[in-house]
Amino acid sequence: MDLSITRRAVVLLFICTTFSLLYGSKGEVPPKPVVGVTILPPVKPDNVPQAYPESEKASLPVFTMDYPRIQVPFEITLWMLLASFAKIGFHVYHKITIWVPESCLLISIGLIVGAIMHSVHEEPPAVLTTNVFFLYMLPPIVLDSGYFMPTRPFFENIGTVLWFAVVGTLWNSVGIGMSLFAICQIEAFGVQDINLQENLLFASIISAVDPVAVLNVFEDVSVNEQLYIVVFGECLFNDAVTVVLYNMFNFVADMPVVEPVDVFLGVARFFVVGLGGMGFGTLFGFVAAFTTRFTSKVREIEPLFIFMYSYLAYLVAELFAISSIMAIVTCALTMKYYVEENVSQRSCTTIRHVVKMLGSISETLIFFFLGVVTITTEHEWNWGYILCTLLFAFVWRGLGILVLTQIINPFRTIPFNLKDQFGLAYGGLRGAISFALAFTLPDNIGRKQLFVTATIVIILFTVFLQGISIRPLIEFINVRRTNRNLDTINVEIHGRLMEHTIAGIEDLCGQWSHFYWKDKFMKFNNRILRRILIRDSRAESSIVSLYKKLELQNAMELLDNISGDLSAAPSIVSLYEEKKNSAKPKKFMAADLRNMHNILSKNMYKIRQRTVAYTSKHALPNDSQNREILIRRHSSIRRSLRPGSFQSSMVPKSHKYFSLPAGKSLDSKFPPVMPSTADDHETMSEVAYPSRRSRFSKPSRSSSSAAMPLRRLDTLKEAPSVDVLNEDSSESGRSGHGVSRTNSSYSDSRVPAARRHLNSSADNNNSSQDNLRNNYNEAEEEEEEEQRPQPSSPSPSPAWAAEPGDNATRNPLLRRPQWNPNK
Amino acid sequence: MGALQSFPGQPQYLDLAEKTGFSFEQIGVLHKRFKQLSHKEETLRRDHFSEIPDLACNPIRAQIIEAFFDRRNFGQNGEGTVEEIGFEEFLVVMSHFRPPSLPMTEEQRGKVRREKLRFLFNMHDTDNDGTITLEEYRHVVEELLSRSGALEKETAKSIADAAMLEVASISMGHMEPDEFYEGITFEHFLKLLDGFEIESRMNIRFLNMDTITLCK
Repeated sequence: MDLSITRRAVVLLFICTTFSLLYGSKGEVPPKPVVGVTILPPVKPDNVPQAYPESEKASLPVFTMDYPRIQVPFEITLWMLLASFAKIGFHVYHKITIWVPESCLLISIGLIVGAIMHSVHEEPPAVLTTNVFFLYMLPPIVLDSGYFMPTRPFFENIGTVLWFAVVGTLWNSVGIGMSLFAICQIEAFGVQDINLQENLLFASIISAVDPVAVLNVFEDVSVNEQLYIVVFGECLFNDAVTVVLYNMFNFVADMPVVEPVDVFLGVARFFVVGLGGMGFGTLFGFVAAFTTRFTSKVREIEPLFIFMYSYLAYLVAELFAISSIMAIVTCALTMKYYVEENVSQRSCTTIRHVVKMLGSISETLIFFFLGVVTITTEHEWNWGYILCTLLFAFVWRGLGILVLTQIINPFRTIPFNLKDQFGLAYGGLRGAISFALAFTLPDNIGRKQLFVTATIVIILFTVFLQGISIRPLIEFINVRRTNRNLDTINVEIHGRLMEHTIAGIEDLCGQWSHFYWKDKFMKFNNRILRRILIRDSRAESSIVSLYKKLELQNAMELLDNISGDLSAAPSIVSLYEEKKNSAKPKKFMAADLRNMHNILSKNMYKIRQRTVAYTSKHALPNDSQNREILIRRHSSIRRSLRPGSFQSSMVPKSHKYFSLPAGKSLDSKFPPVMPSTADDHETMSEVAYPSRRSRFSKPSRSSSSAAMPLRRLDTLKEAPSVDVLNEDSSESGRSGHGVSRTNSSYSDSRVPAARRHLNSSADNNNSSQDNLRNNYNEAEEEEEEEQRPQPSSPSPSPAWAAEPGDNATRNPLLRRPQWNPNK
Repeated sequence: MGALQSFPGQPQYLDLAEKTGFSFEQIGVLHKRFKQLSHKEETLRRDHFSEIPDLACNPIRAQIIEAFFDRRNFGQNGEGTVEEIGFEEFLVVMSHFRPPSLPMTEEQRGKVRREKLRFLFNMHDTDNDGTITLEEYRHVVEELLSRSGALEKETAKSIADAAMLEVASISMGHMEPDEFYEGITFEHFLKLLDGFEIESRMNIRFLNMDTITLCK
C-alpha cells in the first residue's frame, strides 16, 4: 500500500518535472525518458519500506519518511504547480494564446498528462468530489467574476443580463431536456431507460455557459460594451441558475413520479434560492464593508476580511441550501465599492491580486482535470445520444438567443442586431461548471457514464471548435465595436456632460430609466450607506484617497531615484528631449490624465464609480500597468527636475496653457536653484541642467505640464482639508513645505516598494512584462508625438532603442552605462 | 387643445411626427408632460423648468434649461434665446435624444453624430460665437463639479485648463510659442470626440406609455 502511494507521487513528480523542463526549454521536444531517469533516483524512496521493519530495534532512525502524512497537501501542491507550469508554458510562445484560447491549451495538456497517467495505470486524483468542487474550487472562480464585474455597464444592462441568464438558461435546459427525452423514445438509440427527469438534469448541466475564452476574444477585438457585458453577466448568473436547477432536478430525478404540486414547489424554490442568495450576499457585503471601516490599524489583515466574508456568505448560503453563487457574487459586488474606499491602497492591490490568483488557479485546475479525466475515466459512448446532445445544445442556444432578443429588444435603448445575436449565440461555450456538475452526478443515476461522456464531448467540442473559430468569425462579420481607449480629459468631460444632460432630459420629460434609479440610489447611498460603511464618509474622501495614492507614487519615485532604476531611463531621455523642444505644444501626460480622470469620475457623476477597464478572467485590471507607467513617468520627471526639486516644491506654480491669462508668470514662483543635493548623480544634474535652464529662459511655457499632479500632492502635510490643493497658497510656506514632503516621502519610500514589485512581478496578465513595455513605449511614443506636427500612429519600433541614439548627439552623457536602457 | 391631446393620430401630430421622428404615442405622452409642466398653458417658461424637483440636483441644470430656449436647437438657423417655447420647440429639442433607427449607413451615422454633438457644443458655447472659449469651458467644468462639494474652483479650473491644452494639442498639432488658441471650434470639437460614440450613447428611450403619474 505504501508503495502504491509512493509510486503515485513519483508519477506526479515525474510529470511535473517533465513539464517544467519542457517549458524551460521553450517548448522544444521534451527529452522525457532521459531527464525522467536522471531526476527520479534521488526522489525515489526505495528505502522507505525497509525503514520500518528495521526500526523494530527502537534505535533512533537517522532517516525516515512519512509520506502518507503529507500525501494530500503534497499532491495538491504538485497538481497546482503542474497546472501553473502549464500556464507559464503557454506564454513562452506568445502568439499561441491569441489564436488558441488558454482553456484549449490547458485541456490539451490535461489530455497529455492523462495519457501518461493512463499508460502507467494511475488513477486520476480523487479531488473532484462534490464537496471539494463546491466548497473549494468554485468560490474563487465566482468571486473573481463577481469582484471584477464591470459595475457600470452591468447595471446599465442588468435587465438584459438577467433575462438571458435566467430565462435563457431555463429555456436551454427545458428545451434540450425535452428534445433529448424525445430522442430517447427512439428505440434505435438504445437509451430508452433515461427518463424525463434525468434528461432535464443532464440538460441543466450542459446549459451552463462559461465563455472565458470568448470574453478574452471580445476584449481583444473590443466588441461593443453591451454585448460584452451580457456575455459576462450571463455566464455569471447562469452559473447560479444552473446550480439551482441542477439541485432541483437532482432532487426530482430521485422521485418516481412528479406531481404538479412538485412543479409549483420547484418554481417557488427557485425564487427562494435565487433571492435568498442575493439577500445573504448583500448582507455579508455590507457587514464586510462595515468591518473594514475599523481596520485602519490592522492593515496587514485587511484583505483577509474580504475573503473571509465572501467565503462566509458562500458557506452560509450553502448551509441553507440557497444559491451560494448568487450570494458570493452579490457580496463581492456590494462590498467592492465601499471596501476599496476603506482599505489602504496596498490592501486593495492585494485583494485584487489574490482574488485573481485564486480564481485563475481554480479554473486552470478544472480545465486541466477535464483533460486528465477525459482520458482516464471510462466512457460510455452512444453515437446517437451524444450527437443529438451536441445538435440540440447548438440549436436551442441559437433559437433561444433569437427569440429572447426579439422579446428584450423593444426594451433596450440600443437593440441587439443580428451580428450581436450571432456573437451571443456563438459565444455559448460550455466550461468548468458543466464539467464539474457532470462529474459530481450522484451514482444512482443509471447512465452517469453516458452523461459524463456527453458533457465532456460537448465541452471539448465547444471549447475547441467555437473557441478557436470565434475570433476570426467575430472579426469577419465585423461586430459593432466600442472604442475603449478614450484617454482624453475632453472625452471624459463630455461623457459626463452628456450623461447629466440625458438624466436632466429624462427628468424633464417625466420618464425614468436607470438614470432615475441611479439617482435615487445615489442619494440613499450618500445619505445613509456611506455614512455607516465608510470611515471617512465625507464626500471628498475619494479625492483624499486619490491624493494618498498619488502620494504613495511620489514616494515610490523617490525610491526609484535612489535605486537608479534603469528602466526609467528612457523616459528621462525623452523628457530631456521634450524640455529642449518645450516651446512646442504638449499634450498632457498620462499621469495628469489619470489624475484628472479620477477626479472627474469620482466627482462628476455622483452615481457612478468609474469602472476599471474590462478585466478578463485571467488578468488583473490593466489599471496596475497604467499605474506602473505612471509611476515611472513621475519618477522620470522627478529625476530630471531634481536639482531644483528638493528645495522648491519642484512645482511650477502656474501651468503654461496657451490660453492662460498672461498674468501668471513663472519666474517669480521659482526660487533660485540651489546646488543639487548630495545624493544626486552627476549624470542627473547634467541631464537636468538644460531643463532647468530652459525653464528659466522660457518661463511661460517650458516647464513640464506633467508636474501638475505633483503639485497637487501636497497633502502629505496631512491636512484633512483640501485647502492644500489651492495653488495660490502662500509662497512663503512653500520651500519648507517641499522639504517636509520630501522627508516624509523618504520615510515612506521603503514600504510602497513592495507594492510596486507586486505590481510588476505578480501581474499575471499575458506576458505582462511585454505589455508593460509596450505600454511604456507607447507612453513614450505619445510624448514624442506631441513634438511632431501631426500625431501619427505610434511607430512599432521600440522607442528606447532609437532614443538614446538620438540623444547621443546632443548629450553624450546619456550614453553612460547606468543610463543604458537595454537591460 | 384638449382635443389634440386626446386624439393621437390627428393631423397636427402628423406634422410633428414627420418633423421630429417621434411616434404618435410618444408625442402624446410628451404632450401630456408638456401640459403638466406648463400648468396647462400653451408655452413653457424658464421658471416652469425650475420647478421640476428631479432636476433640482442636476449640476448642469442651468445649461439643460438654457438648451430648451436656445434657437439654435430648434432646427432652423435661428440664433439667440427665446423667453418661452411652445410644444413644437419642446419636441424638437427632445428629438435630439431620439435613438437613431438601426441599422444606419455611414452617412446617416455621421449626420446623427454631428447633430448630437452640435447639441452638446451649443451647451458649451453660450455666447454663440462658434467657439468654446476657455472661460466657457471652465464654466461648464465648474458646474459639472459643483455638486461634489469637495473640489474647489481652482481644481475645476485646472482641469478645464488641462482639457483645453489637450484640445489645442489635438486639433492644432504644432503651435508656435506665440500662438494663442482661442477656443474650440465645432470642427475641432468633432475631431476631439472622434472616438466617442455619441450616436449610440446620447439616446433616451422615449416610452410609449404614460409614466407621468409616477414622477413628480
